[in-house]
Amino acid sequence: MTEVRTMLEPVPSEPGLRTKTYTLNMGPQHPSTHGVLRLLLELDGEEIIKCIPDMGYLHRAMEKLAENKTFHQFTPYTDRLDYLSPFHNNTTYMLTVEKLIGIEAPKRAQYIRTVGCELARISSHLLGLGTWALDVGAMTVFFLTFREREVIYNLFEMLTGARMMTSFARVGGVAADIDSKIETAIRNFLAYMPDKIDDYEDLLTHNRIWLGRTKGIGIFSAEQATALSLTGPNLRASGVNWDLRVQTPYMAYEDFDFDVPLGETGDIYDRYTVRIEEMRQSLRIIRQALDGMPEGPYQIDDPKITLPKKEDTYGSMEELIHHFKIVCEGVAAPPGEVYFAAENPKGELGFYIVGDGTSHAYRLHIRSPSFISIGALPTIVEGRMLSDVVAALGSVDIVLGECDR
Amino acid sequence: MSLDLWIEVILKCVVVFFIVLTIVAYLVLVERKVLAAMQSRVGPNRVGPQGLLQPAADAVKLMTKETVVPEEADRNLFLMAPVVSLVPALLAYSVIPLGSHINLFGREIQLHVTDINVALLFILAMSSIGVYGIFLGGWSSNNKYALMGGIRSSAQMISYELSMGMSVIGVIMLAGSFSLVDIVNAQSSIPFVVYQPVGFVLFWIAAMAEINRTPFDLPEAEPELVAGYHTEYSGMRFAMYFLGEYANLVTVCTIGALLFLGGWHVPWPAPTWMSPLWLALKVAALIFFAIWTRGTLPRFRFDQLMAFGWKVLLPVALLNIFVTALVMVLVD
Repeated sequence: MTEVRTMLEPVPSEPGLRTKTYTLNMGPQHPSTHGVLRLLLELDGEEIIKCIPDMGYLHRAMEKLAENKTFHQFTPYTDRLDYLSPFHNNTTYMLTVEKLIGIEAPKRAQYIRTVGCELARISSHLLGLGTWALDVGAMTVFFLTFREREVIYNLFEMLTGARMMTSFARVGGVAADIDSKIETAIRNFLAYMPDKIDDYEDLLTHNRIWLGRTKGIGIFSAEQATALSLTGPNLRASGVNWDLRVQTPYMAYEDFDFDVPLGETGDIYDRYTVRIEEMRQSLRIIRQALDGMPEGPYQIDDPKITLPKKEDTYGSMEELIHHFKIVCEGVAAPPGEVYFAAENPKGELGFYIVGDGTSHAYRLHIRSPSFISIGALPTIVEGRMLSDVVAALGSVDIVLGECDR
Repeated sequence: MSLDLWIEVILKCVVVFFIVLTIVAYLVLVERKVLAAMQSRVGPNRVGPQGLLQPAADAVKLMTKETVVPEEADRNLFLMAPVVSLVPALLAYSVIPLGSHINLFGREIQLHVTDINVALLFILAMSSIGVYGIFLGGWSSNNKYALMGGIRSSAQMISYELSMGMSVIGVIMLAGSFSLVDIVNAQSSIPFVVYQPVGFVLFWIAAMAEINRTPFDLPEAEPELVAGYHTEYSGMRFAMYFLGEYANLVTVCTIGALLFLGGWHVPWPAPTWMSPLWLALKVAALIFFAIWTRGTLPRFRFDQLMAFGWKVLLPVALLNIFVTALVMVLVD
């Protein structure tokens, strides 16, 4: 790289002959910026001198909207944060609301949530891997991962009624119970998926060109990754053992036995291997959750929080009033403030909610992992080639819906 | 030249022109279909049965679209560049034999437009001129992505052309001629790939780089450069680049089959009128391999590509020439 630099630097002995850098405006409409990211690149030939990510093209004022919506009404908005893992966003958000109210969903609901969250993790990693491989030029991986994502979407459709925007979490539980038909379908998926992950590995893991494009490039050292507040697979690829599912167990993760894959060098290749291995671990978790699915209710039994059965509202005055109050006013939360973060596919997704005693948030802040990751991008691309930008961008796995909020 | 010879040559020109354009148009469909099959998709299937009329639909669409010239672009160069890219690609077919000969109307008709004694040099020269089309197109577009695509392309093609030229020297030494007909006839018993396996591999890699195929498709790397040198092109001008690119794919696959795979010769006795079929099968196999490669491999980075060309391909090609010469001297 240094040779290229010295070659391109101005030659002082010859007056009138000089080189200069130029600005390339990559995005917001560009095939590999994963949505509407704009990267301002200062280039010297093909070498990146400076990279400035410019965000906000997908800003929808979500945090402000949350102040005018009841807790339940805000659930569909969380779908549209990281729209590649909506189920996990719903769940993380509801866990925060439950923490504010001071309740905990029943065990069965937590298991159902776990199954959905891990499916969402696989789905998100599949898309991240597919588009990333496409950016590096391996187009087949993209179509293969999308084939498997269709299977996961079918499962979500059976479980939640929606393929993508699930909005499945409720205060104190989930919207519906899981039945044997869905369980069979998920078990079929568990049997089907490992071979497919091997297929992606066959195409990429030992591919000389893929190795050349990923090994030793875009390195975050463990200190850098921590200092940049990276989380999730991006942090673990640098060898930092930090997984909220293990460090601060929530839902039912304590009950399951799974490994947290770690990288060694923190380069692009390590982020790839970590994600591949996380998919395998997710399959393990789903299998354990299905095997150990406890009997019992899927919502807590509290008329102030969960809707009564529809038929009860026809004959019972109290049930009718509760139904009316929950539908019209929403579930009230006590005054106070709470922060909760969960291990989303992209990293630590956190919600900070200030409650004022009503059924909507006084203030809601979203700590989105993609926002942090995109901020870390210039660290690894400056001084590299233009082609490394797309490989690095794919490797930090961002989604702009969550970035801009 | 007598009148009937004139008629024969003109007819051959027309026929070859249409054969090539039809093959190229359908090659686009074949590539999309084969890739689709590899990627668990269906591929184009809306226009006509199984999408067989897709090339016609594409042609109508591209011909009726407006050619947009960007503001501040160098208008003349911008409009000329695609022609410079397409015409040399088609000219190469004037010296490529498509078979041995057939007997028609009591005449023996040679299945090539012309057989000049420097055919191979002519093809290499034509492919070099094609670079101008790509570079001028990228340069005249007044677009940074297009400019970068053009620069990448010219650097890449210049460095790989050298290796490609070196890789076929072994074959020329064995055949003792630059004429493609002579080279094919020299392989009537054993194809040259047996004597020149390294040469064949080198030729194939360099050829893929020369015509910008995956994994060397950097000049038009979509995730990086949007569409590379043809970012600003639309309508028929874009179609010319597109046709030129696929015509080049057919050219290098045909050259590969002629130089290394024995051309139209097969190990079993076959009538001469079937010779175009054998050649077509070998070319189809090579084209399939190129599509397969596209479906499998990621893309090189620019500096890796240059390093590979200059530090690996070229020395190996020179070594190959040296070893070939040495063996020829020792055996004779």
